[in-house]
Amino acid sequence: MSAPIDSFPNSRNIVREVLPNGLVVLVYENFTAQSVVLTGSLTVGSSLESAVQSGLAAMTADALTRGSASYDFAAISEALESVGADLDVNGSTFTSSFSGKALGEDLPLLLDILGDVLRHPTFPENEVERLRGETLTGLNYRQQDTRYRAARAFYETLYPEGHPYHLSARGTLETVARLSVDDLRAFHRRCYGPREMILVITGAVKADEAIQAVRQRFDDWFNPDQPPRVRPQNPAPAQATRRVQVAIPGKTQSDIMLGAVGPSRLDADYHAAQLANSILGQFGMMGRIGGKVREELGLAYYAYSQIEGGVTALPWNVSAGVDPENVDLAIEKITDEIRRITRELVSDDELADNKSFFIGRLPLQLEANEGIASMIRNIETFDLGLDYLLGYRDIVGVLTREDLLKAAQHYLNPESLVVAVAGPPDA
Amino acid sequence: MSNVVRHVLSNGLVVLLKPVRTAPIISWWVLYRIGSRNEPTGITGASHWVEHMLFKGTDQFPAGYLDKAIDRVGGSWNAQTFFDYTAYYETLPAAEIDLALRLEADRMINARFDVEEVESERTVIISERQGAENSPMFWLGEEVQASVFRVHGYHHEIIGDMTDLRTMTRDDLYGHYRRHYMPNNAIAVAVGDFDPDEMLERIRTIYEPIPAGTAPMLFVRPEPAQQGERRVAVERHGTTSFIQLAYRVPAATDPDWFKLELLNSVLAGTDGFGGGGIDNRTTRLYKALVETALAIDVDGGMTPTIDPFMYTITVVLRDGVEHQTVQNALDEAINRVIAEGVTERELERAKKQARALFAYGTERVTMQAFWLAFAENFNSYSWFEDYVQSLESVTLDDVKEVAARYLRTQNRTVGWFVPMTDAAQDDAEQDEEDVE
Repeated sequence: MSAPIDSFPNSRNIVREVLPNGLVVLVYENFTAQSVVLTGSLTVGSSLESAVQSGLAAMTADALTRGSASYDFAAISEALESVGADLDVNGSTFTSSFSGKALGEDLPLLLDILGDVLRHPTFPENEVERLRGETLTGLNYRQQDTRYRAARAFYETLYPEGHPYHLSARGTLETVARLSVDDLRAFHRRCYGPREMILVITGAVKADEAIQAVRQRFDDWFNPDQPPRVRPQNPAPAQATRRVQVAIPGKTQSDIMLGAVGPSRLDADYHAAQLANSILGQFGMMGRIGGKVREELGLAYYAYSQIEGGVTALPWNVSAGVDPENVDLAIEKITDEIRRITRELVSDDELADNKSFFIGRLPLQLEANEGIASMIRNIETFDLGLDYLLGYRDIVGVLTREDLLKAAQHYLNPESLVVAVAGPPDA
Repeated sequence: MSNVVRHVLSNGLVVLLKPVRTAPIISWWVLYRIGSRNEPTGITGASHWVEHMLFKGTDQFPAGYLDKAIDRVGGSWNAQTFFDYTAYYETLPAAEIDLALRLEADRMINARFDVEEVESERTVIISERQGAENSPMFWLGEEVQASVFRVHGYHHEIIGDMTDLRTMTRDDLYGHYRRHYMPNNAIAVAVGDFDPDEMLERIRTIYEPIPAGTAPMLFVRPEPAQQGERRVAVERHGTTSFIQLAYRVPAATDPDWFKLELLNSVLAGTDGFGGGGIDNRTTRLYKALVETALAIDVDGGMTPTIDPFMYTITVVLRDGVEHQTVQNALDEAINRVIAEGVTERELERAKKQARALFAYGTERVTMQAFWLAFAENFNSYSWFEDYVQSLESVTLDDVKEVAARYLRTQNRTVGWFVPMTDAAQDDAEQDEEDVE
């Protein structure tokens, strides 16, 4: 009863269409559930804003659902919630993404609202002011969040000023306070457009009907001013480990984030690095790091590593939450494991186990509409080809122990990591 | 309509089977009828710690073996401890489900509880609690709950009090395990791609040899009636203010529970069933608190429980707004729903939302199996299967009546989280040290 791999989404069951304006629509029919899920992205993010306007792209995205030409804020909420539907838009560094869910019969409503908020937002003054207050309270609250502060300190140290990942896409208390409605309108007018936009629909809907519904709402959208994507250079590798400490009074636990710049999703050694990462800090309850830091030494409730990927190289990092007294010991033990993965070949068993893990987890990942839609969106975003999943077994299967070692050595140097710690003072 | 079949094995194990052929996977859950509600002072957090110890191995499956075995086949597994139960699950490719059946049977009676492993896990659990303590809402929630329940075991947090986490022994934990882990105190559920006859046969083969145990004596102390509004304040380092209201409400088996659920949908918004929710921007409290720029978020919810529990409303205040201003606006909205009830339109919207969210929540076999086990624990799996119909029968008068009965100030606890400046908090901490 194992999953026949050709039952996965592929070129025979995904309908892909490119509209004349550049919008790519992908539809996967799935009538085993009553819901329909839509997800997608536009090439609009904080990489298109200046440092003094940090948070502009994210606030613009948040404000889209606060009012549009055909729906004011109350009408959007009423229309969606009266049928148990949901639609969100979020801005990040290089893209703004959207996701929605409804019963299959309500897809036209979801697309109506999506089309109107993306193309014709009104940015009402009162709603933008309310949103600003909510955003500022949220940012202020996050100043007390050890995990958030450790991550911010890590990113600010790893990526130099001027790099899009240096600043949070959410902006700062100072910059968000200054953003005006006119700023949001101008940013939307300049940056939002259908070129390279991706829209994936999965669920209880016929593909031809879904594509027709998308056409009706997006076919005549053009923006000749839409800027090209920003393609920043990776920062130069550091010569020595840099450690930053953030003191937050009143906390009982310290959060650690450490690591380096990892592979982009497009790098040739991405899969080798992912397998090495799995062995380092994922497989079998958080990999070697979990085994040492949590299981053997009992230092942490969580300790794991991850590669974030992305079109532009995001970090390969380790996160852990530990007793403030154990911060140095935890960092030492995590660094030991990084040293080991960059110096020694993994064992044959580890390689085989992790290949099996990567291939075997696909049926669970693709069980429901959200997982299918997310996978198809990744396939399109990173230009992996619609039959990517059919060849996945081979992509992973050919990797060798040497490939993993080489990838780990390429990205991780235990002597030049960025280490960020946020926790109580004097920890 | 339902294709759930319920069996009781000769040793008392309740087995629920539901074939679902949408994906080649199966979810297997084993739930024990023991949770934090049954923990007396001194061993608070024992159920949760025992849950951790069941991942530390048996003679047949030593520590670390299962983590790898599950991952190797691309499965997922985890466990959860709740007020009323402790549950374990594996969701695996259908061809691999035998591993889950065997491992749960094995650790039902053969978990090792090595002393060294208990000690190593002590610091992990303390770290888990410390991580939670970094959140202001943890402190407020713990304080409110402790005020609502002076006598009942719902008094303490599931993770337990720090003092007990520091002093509990291996024998405390092993005794807790042996008293409560047995087939006649468990519910097992399979949902997914299987033939029910073959699955039942396999379950019988693996589980029926496990002998029934002596039914455990449960530590349960009923909570006396509340004698008026209770108020608590938590003052800690922070920047953001919170308010939490907790009203005492009946157990999930009470007919009023569904009426209150719809009342909450209209007042604060529903959470759904784990398959995705909605933004809840049409609720009365969103309009009264967030649209008026008093708060940035409001959330309400009830938890289905064996004994009467709480209906909580939690508000995140906007920076610069006073607690009392928000409290007044909250009370005004609540008093209005008590006086006027809800409208036909609001009730119908809440019912339609429930239908959609219920459909989303049943799209994954893992969630379906969870809900069946969860409901069987306090009532019957049909509580979940009939959920939408139970809501459909609620009327406008029903909602008005429960609002008046349960949302009285005499029936509630009011909690405020008051963020302190660094200097003020440092003084408070110094005072605490002086007392010690």
